[in-house]
Amino acid sequence: MARVIVDVMLKNEILDPQGKAVEGALARLGLAGVTSVRQGKSFSLELEGDIDESRLAQIHELAGSLLSNPVIEDYVIREDVR
Amino acid sequence: MSRHTDTVANAETTPELEQPYSELGLKTDEYFRIREILGRRPTSAELAMYSVMWSEHCSYKSSKVHLRQFGDKKPETEALLVGIGENAGVVDIGEGWAVTFKVESHNHPSYIEPYQGAATGIGGIVRDILSMGARPVAVMDPLRFGAADHPDTRRVLPGIVAGISGYGNCLGLPNIGGEIVFDASYQGNPLVNALCVGTMRHEDIHLASAKGVGNLVILYGAKTGGDGIGGVSVLASETFAEGGPTKRPAVQVGDPFMEKLLIECTLEVLRAGLVEGIQDLGGAGISCATSELASNGEGGMHVRLDQVPLRDASLTPEEILMSESQERMCAIVTPEKVDAFLAICRKWDVTADVIGEVTATGRLVIEWHGEIIVDVPPRTVAHDGPVYERPFARPSWQDSLQADGPERLARPSTAAEIRDTVLTLVGSPNLASKTWVTSQYDRYVLGNTVLAQPEDAGVIRVDEKTGLGVALATDCNGRFAKLDPYNGAKLALAEAYRNVATAGAAPLAVTNCLNFGSPEDPDVMWQFSEAVRGLADGCLELGTPVTGGNVSFYNQTGSTPINPTPVVGVLGVIQDVARRTPMAFRASDDVVLVLGESRDEFAGGEWAHVIHGHLGGLPPVVDLGRERSLGELLVAASVGSLITAAHDVSDAGIVQTLVEMALRAGVGALVRIPEGVDPFVFLLSESTARAVVTVPTSTLGAFESLAGDHGVPVTRIGIVGAAGDDLIVESVYGASATWTLTELRTTADATLPALFA
Repeated sequence: MARVIVDVMLKNEILDPQGKAVEGALARLGLAGVTSVRQGKSFSLELEGDIDESRLAQIHELAGSLLSNPVIEDYVIREDVR
Repeated sequence: MSRHTDTVANAETTPELEQPYSELGLKTDEYFRIREILGRRPTSAELAMYSVMWSEHCSYKSSKVHLRQFGDKKPETEALLVGIGENAGVVDIGEGWAVTFKVESHNHPSYIEPYQGAATGIGGIVRDILSMGARPVAVMDPLRFGAADHPDTRRVLPGIVAGISGYGNCLGLPNIGGEIVFDASYQGNPLVNALCVGTMRHEDIHLASAKGVGNLVILYGAKTGGDGIGGVSVLASETFAEGGPTKRPAVQVGDPFMEKLLIECTLEVLRAGLVEGIQDLGGAGISCATSELASNGEGGMHVRLDQVPLRDASLTPEEILMSESQERMCAIVTPEKVDAFLAICRKWDVTADVIGEVTATGRLVIEWHGEIIVDVPPRTVAHDGPVYERPFARPSWQDSLQADGPERLARPSTAAEIRDTVLTLVGSPNLASKTWVTSQYDRYVLGNTVLAQPEDAGVIRVDEKTGLGVALATDCNGRFAKLDPYNGAKLALAEAYRNVATAGAAPLAVTNCLNFGSPEDPDVMWQFSEAVRGLADGCLELGTPVTGGNVSFYNQTGSTPINPTPVVGVLGVIQDVARRTPMAFRASDDVVLVLGESRDEFAGGEWAHVIHGHLGGLPPVVDLGRERSLGELLVAASVGSLITAAHDVSDAGIVQTLVEMALRAGVGALVRIPEGVDPFVFLLSESTARAVVTVPTSTLGAFESLAGDHGVPVTRIGIVGAAGDDLIVESVYGASATWTLTELRTTADATLPALFA
């Protein structure tokens, strides 16, 4: 069984109100020195069998349409080796 | 900062440098005009500023010559406190209260990114209202989508509705009305218009001007990021290129909680008397705010752009000037008040920085780390942009379109056929219940909403002591406007005017959002010029001035423009909201009356559209004199407490009006077609200047005599509740047509959830 992680983050230039709120909370809770917080989401996909190129291409397609909004978000796909 | 900065000094010594003006949306002659104004080539920062400020969206270069009519034909009125040209017009509603309202488009961003596009549309119009010194109290959204069953409609509609509710609900503003219309012409180009209304005392009105040499320029609100760069020049001012390059995203992400802080912070600094001039940052961001403030004030301003707080330190000065980051404002403050201003900003957790000062040099000078990168006469950026007399011509197809009337279409000719036709219409997307959408909006937050969707107009209480309030309605039938743009615009005005009066408010002023295709197409430009002429003539006739608005061109997919869609918003005043007239049948045994005359008019209407997919002929005749009489009657009847309910007759005619009144109440009615009238025409025609009212028998005589005084024809057609839970129409081609409220409700309620839920 293989596991693939898709990390989705807002593009750098896009405002992240949630990250900003967390950043504010960190400072209020006494954790100084954090200059920026960006919040994203992570999908963990478990697959039957091994990963091959065609399945990876499928996951890319999925990541660029369903899992992320390509207008404002970027994604990164990585294999989870545990 | 290792990047090379293009300074004014550099521009003077390198006149031959090739500049990417066409990529920024400037035409060659526009570029050379900039060189002529400056006497040299513009720096890259100047080029960025001119390109966004001279875009169609900001400069109104194609529409200006036509929009002048709103000023030239302005009716005499004492109600107008601030007219066209400011961020929003302001009208006097009495008792020391003033109201400002405006509608704007956010069509293109909402197509690309439905949620954020629609959300930031709300944010932008709210800041426009705020910058006049008013507290925003309600919003409305006139929306247009492609065919309801088209996949792209399914893509954009849920996101747009969620964006409107997400931003508006978080902000705590009730959404009190608007429209949702489906038509294939909007496929690939939905219209997302947003209206905001705000209230203030007369003495609280503020204007966007940088007065007082030595006063400081403060930028406050959210930090500036790389979002929305070139939104106005690229997005809203050109036709979409399929699969065009995506450099920086032109879509901005909004933060309604930041906007809420900005509202409270702004109102506090204004009320504390700390502000000389104020401007919101919308399209064209800092370029627009600095050049407009300077141009409207002493004429000069010195800005240190490196003082602008950034979210992303890698932004170039050009990007900072063009950024459309949301939730930002710019204020002009005297030096001795700066500390107090900054203290209030700190209290609200709002970032604020002094970025420059007002000068008398007549120049807008912008400095970047000690080097001058902009040195321009601000007027040339803000107000003296290009003006185009675009060619326009009556389209070659207009005559054949008008000649192809609905007379040839098969009409229902039995009671059973009428019954089926009505059920089909009641469940059709344009007439079906919009509850699935409007229940996602908070319609009652703040506690001053008196009437909201699906009522004819949204009504808001302004003064809790006296009950003084305002009513607002927006309308436009784009099919009417396609058949005849001049009368189509008048029809939009007539319907919004009627809706406001139906609620019991006296119409006072007008805003508009003119959504059209490409101005470079002479057919479109003709539609535009006709619509503006019609609206200006109509406003003069009704005595309601245009207080401001917005033009949105380039609404087309490929070479196919949308139906011309001049959305008209009318604002009215009601002295005591307790006497507003709702649409629901109120009490059994009330008499149902039709006001106005019904003629055989079906072109552009819902019946022809839904049943036959037909568009052709001439739209219903618009008679603003009759609209005015009807409006005055409805207001007088409300003042005199003579009527219990009223509802405008428009889409799908009297029968649809009756269905909506019955469903809203949960009570039916027994109605009879008057003698000598064709039942189909009577029930489904879309003749204008009509309304259905219900009157208790105790005031029937008084009401009919009042209607006589106003010259409005009255026809008694039935009795509320006389058919129990059924709506029955008798004398339909010798039989009765009966609908149970249950079947009507099921039909009306099922459509939108089935398509979008």
